[in-house]
Amino acid sequence: MSLTLTPSVPSTRPRLRTTNLLRSEWTKMRSVRSTMWTLVAMIVVVLGISVIGCLAISNNWTTMSLGDRLTFDPTGFSLKGILFSQLIIGVLGVLIMSAEYGTGTIRATLTAIPNRPRVLVVKALVFAAVSLVVGEILSFGAFFVGQALLRSPAPHATLSQPEVLRAVVGGGLVIMVLGLFALGLATIIRHSAGAITSYVGAILVVPIIIETLPSSIGHSLMRFMPVQITNVMTATSPLDVSRTAFSPWVGFALLCGYAAIALVIAGVMMVRRDA
Amino acid sequence: MIEVRGVTKRYKEKVAVKDLSFEVKQGVVTGFLGPNGSGKSTTMRMIVGLDAPNEGSATINGKSYADLGVPLREVGALLEAKAIHPGRSAFNHLWYLAQSNDLPRSRVDAVLDMVGLADVARKRAGKFSLGMGQRLGIAAALLGDPGVLLFDEPINGLDPEGILWVRNLLKGLASEGRTVFVSSHLMSEMALTADYLVVIGRGELISSGSVSDFIDESSGQFVRVRSPQADQLTALLTSYDAVVVREDDGALAVSKLSAEAIGTHAGDAGIRLFELSPQRASLEEAFMELTRDSVEFHGHGTQPASNDSDLVAQSASSGK
Repeated sequence: MSLTLTPSVPSTRPRLRTTNLLRSEWTKMRSVRSTMWTLVAMIVVVLGISVIGCLAISNNWTTMSLGDRLTFDPTGFSLKGILFSQLIIGVLGVLIMSAEYGTGTIRATLTAIPNRPRVLVVKALVFAAVSLVVGEILSFGAFFVGQALLRSPAPHATLSQPEVLRAVVGGGLVIMVLGLFALGLATIIRHSAGAITSYVGAILVVPIIIETLPSSIGHSLMRFMPVQITNVMTATSPLDVSRTAFSPWVGFALLCGYAAIALVIAGVMMVRRDA
Repeated sequence: MIEVRGVTKRYKEKVAVKDLSFEVKQGVVTGFLGPNGSGKSTTMRMIVGLDAPNEGSATINGKSYADLGVPLREVGALLEAKAIHPGRSAFNHLWYLAQSNDLPRSRVDAVLDMVGLADVARKRAGKFSLGMGQRLGIAAALLGDPGVLLFDEPINGLDPEGILWVRNLLKGLASEGRTVFVSSHLMSEMALTADYLVVIGRGELISSGSVSDFIDESSGQFVRVRSPQADQLTALLTSYDAVVVREDDGALAVSKLSAEAIGTHAGDAGIRLFELSPQRASLEEAFMELTRDSVEFHGHGTQPASNDSDLVAQSASSGK
């Protein structure tokens, strides 16, 4: 109807660049307080548990039973806090997405970046980087602090011993992967409270339910649980954790699978649903 | 230019927008008018790709929103007040948007200055009033210096000074040749700001065109006449097919006959006139008349009172 011609579009159309999107996401993440506070909480929990636990062992070593002393794993013990930090990284993973939906910021984000899977991928990349760095610092920190506090006659571990480096590095890796799993859940559920509840349910409540099952069924199910996978990963001798457990890297691959499934479903739902 | 073609949006059972088509041209302010819940926000969300229409399409400069290369450089949108993380500062809210679209930091400072938030740019947005939130939303819309702008109820929560500022801003943006599409449920506001109107009710197009056409078409114009020989005059004018209604104060509201014709007929018949004044229904009345059947949520007054805007309907039904 109108006779005005649309101006011819230049063939090299400007596009959004991924480096800019990563920077933008980093600005978004660092500019709210919840990010800093959850990371501080993680440091307190992981290092605190290592300090308190290792001090207690040093002071009580001589009164511990022979069995306890024989199975004592100084590496795994100093990394016990990793398990609790998973709850906190989960909260952060949920919040970085659910807060966008809760506050309506997602609509500003999606008008700036209409490609929704790209929004999710960029967020996952930045969050993976942040949680991996923090996770590794925590894991190594807890290990070194814990070993320094373990005094003879209690044994302590060094990174050069077999399986120790894998356990310490693995501690940081599981933090990252579970954070991504939480991010996926939050994108699917879109509400902070619901997503955090689901995450805690998957991490903590399901294992408790499994414990009530007959051990024949329970053991075969328990090895799929993030709790056991984490315990195996952060221990130098996985068989001490459970005879039916998956090996550390098989368990880790499973954990990656959970996160990947959650993120793929999240991406599909993000595209299908109205923002 | 924004083009909406045959757009239908259903939410489960409810049809929010039904086969809606209109165009928003550049260089003028186009008002998007409708009662609350009539589908204005839904339509705007579909234009910027947040909601997907069940049928039809919305394009901006001939492209769907998802196909815009660097969207903020082409389109700016204020969709709802205070859609901001309360813990994030105004600066950081704009800065992350700017970074994503490769806009320089100087643009963030420029728009903060433009909307008058430069002094509170580092404060957490949660402490902002509704009006400040609106200003921040407007700043976000202006960030990429786009040629197409959408504002959903931009004056909500603003003080009189802010309202005046928005009016001038919208007109200024249009005079620079931009496409400006602004929704409101307030006809009076649109009368002051908009050049064109798209009026919807219950998700359907009721009318579109220039503001003055809108008033002419949708509201009965009438002539207010006072005469000591009112009954005689009424009989005379009805014989010329006029519709005459006697108002409470004794004056006559005459429609379907011009002031000139009324004066001539009265003069020929020797009827004295004390007042002969053409009246134009206000834009607000025209709007209420037009959307009478499409208001989603009716309030009920404390007592049944005859409403001024019922005038046209009354005169139509009471005319012989």
